[in-house]
This record gives sequence, structure tokens and C-alpha cells, in this order.
Amino acid sequence: MTYITKPKLHHPSLKQNKVGFTRRDYEGRISTLCAGCGHDSISAAIIQACWELDIEPHRVAKLSGIGCSSKTPDYFLGQSHGFNTVHGRMPSALTGAYLANKELLYLGVSGDGDSASIGIGQFVHCMRRGVNMVYIVENNGVYGLTKGQFSATADAGSKSKKGVVNTDSPIDLVSLALQLGASYVARSFSGDKEQLVPLIMGAIRHRGAAFIDVISPCVAFNNHAGSTKSYDYVREHNESVNRMDFIESRAPIEVQQPDDAVIEVAQHDGSILRLRKAGADYDPRDHLGAMNFIARHHAAGEVVTGLLYVNPEAQDFHQHLQTIERPLNQLGTADLCPGSEALAKINASLR
Amino acid sequence: MALTATNDFVIKFANVNGSGSASANELFAKAILRMGVPVSPRNIFPSNIQGLPTWYEVRISEAGHLGRRGGVDLMVAMNPQTWTADLAEIESGGYLFYDSTKPLPASAFREDIVVIGMPLTMLCVKNYDDPRQRQLLKNVLYVGALSMLLGIDPAVIEQLLGEQYQGKPQLAKPNIDAFRLGRQWVADNLQPIGLQVRAADKVGTRIFVDGNTAAGLGCVYGGASVCAWYPITPSTSVAEAFEKYARKFRTTAAGEKKYAIVQAEDEIASIGMVIGAGWNGARAFTATSGPGVSLMTEFIGLAHFAEIPATIINVQRGGPSTGMPTRTQQADVLACAYASHGDTKHILLFPEDPFEAFEQASAALDLADRLQTPVFLMLDLDIGMNQRLCEPFQWDSARQFDRGKVMDFDALQAGQPFGRYRDVDGDGIPWRTYPGTHPKRGAFFTRGTTKNVDANYSEQGHDYLENARRLLRKFDTAKALVPQPVLTSATQPTRIGVLFYGSTSPAMYEAAQRLAADGLAVDLLRIRAFPFPDGVREFVLAHDHVFLVEQNRDAQLRSLLVNEFELDPARIVPILHFDGTPITARFIIKAMHKQLDLAASQEARAPARLGAELVLS
Repeated sequence: MTYITKPKLHHPSLKQNKVGFTRRDYEGRISTLCAGCGHDSISAAIIQACWELDIEPHRVAKLSGIGCSSKTPDYFLGQSHGFNTVHGRMPSALTGAYLANKELLYLGVSGDGDSASIGIGQFVHCMRRGVNMVYIVENNGVYGLTKGQFSATADAGSKSKKGVVNTDSPIDLVSLALQLGASYVARSFSGDKEQLVPLIMGAIRHRGAAFIDVISPCVAFNNHAGSTKSYDYVREHNESVNRMDFIESRAPIEVQQPDDAVIEVAQHDGSILRLRKAGADYDPRDHLGAMNFIARHHAAGEVVTGLLYVNPEAQDFHQHLQTIERPLNQLGTADLCPGSEALAKINASLR
Repeated sequence: MALTATNDFVIKFANVNGSGSASANELFAKAILRMGVPVSPRNIFPSNIQGLPTWYEVRISEAGHLGRRGGVDLMVAMNPQTWTADLAEIESGGYLFYDSTKPLPASAFREDIVVIGMPLTMLCVKNYDDPRQRQLLKNVLYVGALSMLLGIDPAVIEQLLGEQYQGKPQLAKPNIDAFRLGRQWVADNLQPIGLQVRAADKVGTRIFVDGNTAAGLGCVYGGASVCAWYPITPSTSVAEAFEKYARKFRTTAAGEKKYAIVQAEDEIASIGMVIGAGWNGARAFTATSGPGVSLMTEFIGLAHFAEIPATIINVQRGGPSTGMPTRTQQADVLACAYASHGDTKHILLFPEDPFEAFEQASAALDLADRLQTPVFLMLDLDIGMNQRLCEPFQWDSARQFDRGKVMDFDALQAGQPFGRYRDVDGDGIPWRTYPGTHPKRGAFFTRGTTKNVDANYSEQGHDYLENARRLLRKFDTAKALVPQPVLTSATQPTRIGVLFYGSTSPAMYEAAQRLAADGLAVDLLRIRAFPFPDGVREFVLAHDHVFLVEQNRDAQLRSLLVNEFELDPARIVPILHFDGTPITARFIIKAMHKQLDLAASQEARAPARLGAELVLS
């Protein structure tokens, strides 16, 4: 980590986006993570995605649990409200926040200990409910802050820094999210910003539960030979199924030659996910096919990345609950209190 | 000698769970109410859906005593499983009403009671073909019989049946027929008994409702827009009532809802959602019981430390562990007052009945916002799950929700300085902003870790101390905002004072009346909230002999009082009732006499605080 404070003044020549913010306006405080930590690259990708999408920082609520990954919301979007909750319980706090105000963008940041161990129950249920959110797991396979214990996503047979071999079966959060009904599921690698940024952009513009598992090597405790979450291992075994371009709805539609290698998915807001197949013939709209593909490749020791599944027609939890258009936190006494006349009638019915 | 009493007796129905007796028994109780005579019914039920014993105890009291009395004057013994115990519970000279279809030997009865047999099963078999109908109408049959025996106005019951089955004549008719059949059989075969109901005018405008319904309705009136909960006895009906009334009053013509209710995966998620919603500016609550509070405690600590409003309705049951899930206790006082790790203290409210459950539920939502902290509404099973006669709910149409210190867009735009944890007003309560308010100002990072006044991460001791001390100041501010204690002074000066709270109320007021009638005057102070206003301490110090009546083993509120006011524990004598049944006036009177006698004998040995005049009376 560095101790140099960032200057608050920006150079006037910095490029502004359509809502008048420079990329620097999306940054947060100086990271206190280790130099080279994958998590910092993910923070940078979130900053890039929000800036490119012209999102006003204050319309984002960023929530996290506890752990290295959960510290990161302090290091991006400094002009957004953030909430560092309790270990493994970010999903419920995020769900409540989302219930209170459907208009903000909810960004949940968690780790593999936070989401796959202590918080797996909450992870499961917020996916089931279709909470409209971007849920990012910064997955490094170890507990960093407590110095290198295996997490539940560590592969069986992978070796810890101290030389211990993990014998427990790993939890694959991507497969779990797919099974539970998440409607936008992706995996990426913190070392591949070109892949990650558009995936985050697509997730932001998705309506429903969007989940991105980002393999994010821990340089301090899980970047050695024998680890399956090291930079080297992931680079060698990265099986990318597609490369995605995120296209704003407002962008003029280019006339394209029909191309079997490209799948275009229009989301509910008109934005387009343009996916160029990489190698395997993979269709991310095929739910069962995705689960099958991921399971087979995982068994072969490969890390499947890319946009793995998307259902652009998905509904979110507020739609299921049939709540009114106006955010609940904007309703006042007149909206919420039935008043004394109605109470007199209730009293009369209780005699 | 057979008991004789008018408008002052206890009748208990012993039934089998799931046999449809509940609605018939409620009909019985409501009929007496409609005759203007106060009743207080209590369900005594098992953790079971079908088959286990269940009881419904109705105290009829023209004098208006709504606490449980203890003892049974008339037992309606419909459950062979509990026959022996039910029989034993009848007061000497009392009555037993039973189904005499199957003859029982004389040895099955007691000689000192009046036995009334009625062949209920036989009458049902003779009159109805459908087995389910035989079962259900048997209950109405005995209500008919009892109405004849006790002199209850049949027109009242027929009217109630008509209301109950409004628009369903195919159901109303067989019920009314069965009711009349029961009456006719008694008219033909039996005489009225010594226990009688006579029309009076002692109910007035009061309403008859359970505390959980009242609390759920209070949350609708108080403006809760998010409810997250997990089913647990005895609290489930709070969320159900909230949903029922919210659906009725907060659904637009287009079918859109001005509320969100989530049945969460567990209590941890429930409180997490409540805190997330509270953080984001919606009023949110959860309803739970002891085991749920245990699960929530980590999150409660976060809400306390990060200063996020949350309302928690705890309908207490018998603990610890699964304990007595269908019985009542006030045994979560300490667990809630100091819930979570580290130095924590929380606001507790103690409603005495459904009226206050309604009032304090809405007050809790205001207090949570005003104080930016968790607030517990401490109901218990006795209030929560039993219908109780209480004052009608009140709501001032001019009342606006108190959303507390929230800095809005205009204030931020005008350049008003904002620091999330700065005590700018000196009351320990800082200002907050809702997420999404202003593009450039007012954003902050909420965390459970130590922070400085501007919400930045800090591990500095002085930042920690400043924050911890401000939280105490805030708790002190709460003293004046919470419901104040209610003093009932004796008609003559006395050195005896009694403290109590919550569902102990009706038994305590009755006990005080009876003690006064016997010449023992006591001052009463009903505690309605924690933190305790200073008046509670003054009351203790102003009396030589102080009792604290509560329904748990360890005198939890007493510990809290001794701890918070640094009082001499010897000053406060605990009177504790904790077998899971609601406390009675009889119990309180007996316990107080025992303590006073003890004090008197000590007095005889060495003159002490306790005055001789009270010992004589």
C-alpha cells in the first residue's frame, strides 16, 4: 500500500463523461491492500465501467461484507454512499436497501470467504429472489486478512502457501448462482481488464440478479505453484467462451454482416451485449447448456470465463412484490398512514 | 356447597388441538363481552397442529379484572387425554361439564364438585351425517348448552354467528341450528347452575383484540414500509397482521403496493434487510421471539454502532433455547437491553396491552429514526396471542412521522456542513443523509469499525472514545423521549412501592386493589421503557420497601435497574413468576405477604426501615 494521499484537485484537461464527471471522480480512497492484489484491478474495472456508462456516482449504493474484498468499496466511488456490513451478510443488507429505494444501482462486493462460507445462505437467497443488483465476488480461494487459510472455493488438490493440500470439494459460485436463478452470470479474471469491464457494464444494465465471479489472485497467500487461483494458473487454464462488447442503446446501430460467431443479446433497457464466440460453440442464453459446459470444463481443471448466462427478460424482486413506482423511502405520512377515520372503523370491527 | 357467582368466575375449556374448538370458544367469550361484561380469555396451547391438548381459559369479571385469576370454577372437559388433570383443577364446589355419551364410573369424578353430563357425541351422531360436521358442530352444541346453563342471551350469540358467516348462509344455518339444539337439550334435561352471566354495562367503547394484531397495525400507522421476518411462535401473527392491513390500506387502485414484505431465510437475514432498508431511509421492522433475537445480535451491534434505525418486535416466550415456545415469559429483558458484543445498550419499550402495543409500535418507528438506533418493542405471548379488552386505538390525524435528523438535498445544496458523526446539537444525535441525495455532498461510508466524526476509518483511541461517549449521551437523550413510567399512588401515604411492566399489568392492578381493600396501601410504578427515566430511581428511593414483579427467574429488569442506577440490590425485592403461565393477582398478593411477614419478623428482631403500621395491616 502507499501512504501518499491523492490530491483532490483534478487537472482541467481531464476528460469528462456525459454527466460531467472525470474518471477520477469515480475513484475512492487510497487502497490499503497489498501491492499487486487482484482486488485493486477489480476496483479499477468498476471505476472504468461506471465512468463509461455515465452513471452519477451518488446514484450508486455500494455494499460489502467483511474481508479484504469487502474493504474495497472504500477505494472506489468515493462520492457514493457505502456500507460495510457484517461478515457474510451483505446480501440481506443490500436486499433491504434495494427494497427501500428501487432507483439506485446496488453494487455488492464480497469475497469467497464472505459469500461461499459464512454467507452462503444469504448468497443463495438473494440470487433466488432476483434482487436487482451487481454482485461481484473477488475470489482468491483464501482468507487473506487472517493470513492464508483455505476458503470454500479452493479446489481440491490445491496447495496452500504452507504446503497443506486441500481435500474438501470446492464450491463453484457460478454454478450455484446459475442453479438458483441468477439471470446474468459471468466469470472473469482480475488480470483481464478488457474482459472484465464490459462484463461489469452489462451487469449494471441488467435487470435482476447479476453475478460476476472474478478470480483475483492473492499475492500474499495464494499466488504460488500448486495454487489454482494464482496469476500463472489462471492464465494457463483460462477457457474464455466469448469476448463481450457492451453497446449503449443510444449508440447508432452498425450494419453488420451476419456472423455465426457473434451473438447479440438486447437487454430490457435496449442496451446490447455483443458476444464474439471464442473457440467453443457457446450460447449464453442456454441455461442448462451453460451448467453442463461449466461442470465439464471445471472437471478438466479449466477456468471457464466470459458471459456464461443471461436472461434479458428476467424480472426483479420489486416486480415480484408489485411495489409502486415511487421508491418506498420517499413515501411520507400521507402515503403510508391510513388515518384516524379508518382507525375508527377498525375499532368498530373489534367490538 | 356448589359455587354461586354472577359475572365473576372462571371457565376453562379443555380441547384437542385442531378440533375446531377455537372459534366456538371465542364465540362464547365474545357473547359475554357483547352483554357488557368484561372477559379475558387465554389460549394455552401446545407446539402442535393437531392432536395435543389445548385449553381456553375465560375469566369473566364485571369488576374488570383482566389478569389471569388462577383456579377454575367451571371446566368444560372435552379432552379425555387431560381428564384427570382437568378434574383436579376445579375449585371445590365448582362445576364439571363433560360429554356423557360414554358412561363413566363414579370413581372418575370428584365428590366435591357438580357434574353436568351431556351426550354431545351421541347428539351429533344422531343429527349429522358428515364426520367433519359432527366434530365442528359439537363445539357449537356445547356453546348452546353453556349459554342455557349460564344465562347468556341467545340472541347475542345468534347475531355473532350471523356476523361470522355473513354472506355464507349455508354455513350460518347449521351453526345456528346446532346452537339451538344445544340450548333445547339443556332446557329439556338440566337446570341453570350457580354461575350466571347477567347483562351489564362495563365494556363501554373498549375493543377486543390481540397484541400482535395491534402491533402489526401500529407498524402500518407508524409508516413502516419494509417488513422482513422469519416465522417463529409467538410472533408470526405480527407480520401477518401488518400484511393484512397494509394490503388493505396501502394498495393503489392499480394493485401496486406501498410496502414490501419479505419472508426471509432466517432471522439474520430479516434484521439485515431491516438495517439495509433503515440505512436507505425506509422505515423497517421485524417481528421475532427470543431465539430470533439471539441470531440477530451481531447485526444489532452494527446498527447500534453505525447508528441505523431498526424496529424489532420481540414477542417473548419461555426460554432459554427452544424453552417453552407456546408459553409466556418476560425473560429477554437483559438479552435485548445489552444485545451484541462490546458496550451496547438499546431502547426497550414495554407495552401493557394491545392498546399500547399499537401505540408503542408506531412510537418505536419514530424513536428508531429520531435516535438512529435499534428499538425493541417487548411484547410477550400473553399480550401478543390473546385477545384482550383494551381502550380503542387512537391516532391524531395531524400527526406526522418523526424522521429524525436527516439532511436533505436543499440543506446540502445550501452548503450546510455535514459530518456524519458530529454532535452538532449536543444531544448525542448526529445528522445523516440518505444514499442518492446529492451528486457532490453528503456521501459517507457506513461501517462497523471505528471511525472519526466524518465517518472515515480510524483506529485512533481518541476517535473511539469520542464516539463511545457520544453514544452514551445519545442514550441519555433517549430517557426523555421514551414513554414515561405510569405512577398510581395509593389513596393514603405508604412506604411500599411496587415496580412492574408489560403483561404483569392487569394482575398487578388487581392485586393492588385487593391489598388496599385489606388495608395494605401500595404505590405502583409501571415502567414503560429502557433507558429508565430518573423518576424510576426516585420512586425506588422514596419507598422503604420496594418490590419488582416480573415474569422471569433471574429478576432481569431488577438487574438492569440496579446496574443502571447503581442501586443497592437489597432495596428491591423481586417477585418472580416464571412457570410459563401468565402471572395472577393471587400469586402477587401471596408473595408480597410472605415478603412483608418476613420483613416483619426481622423487624421484631431489629427495628428496620419497614414501618410497623404496614406490618399490622
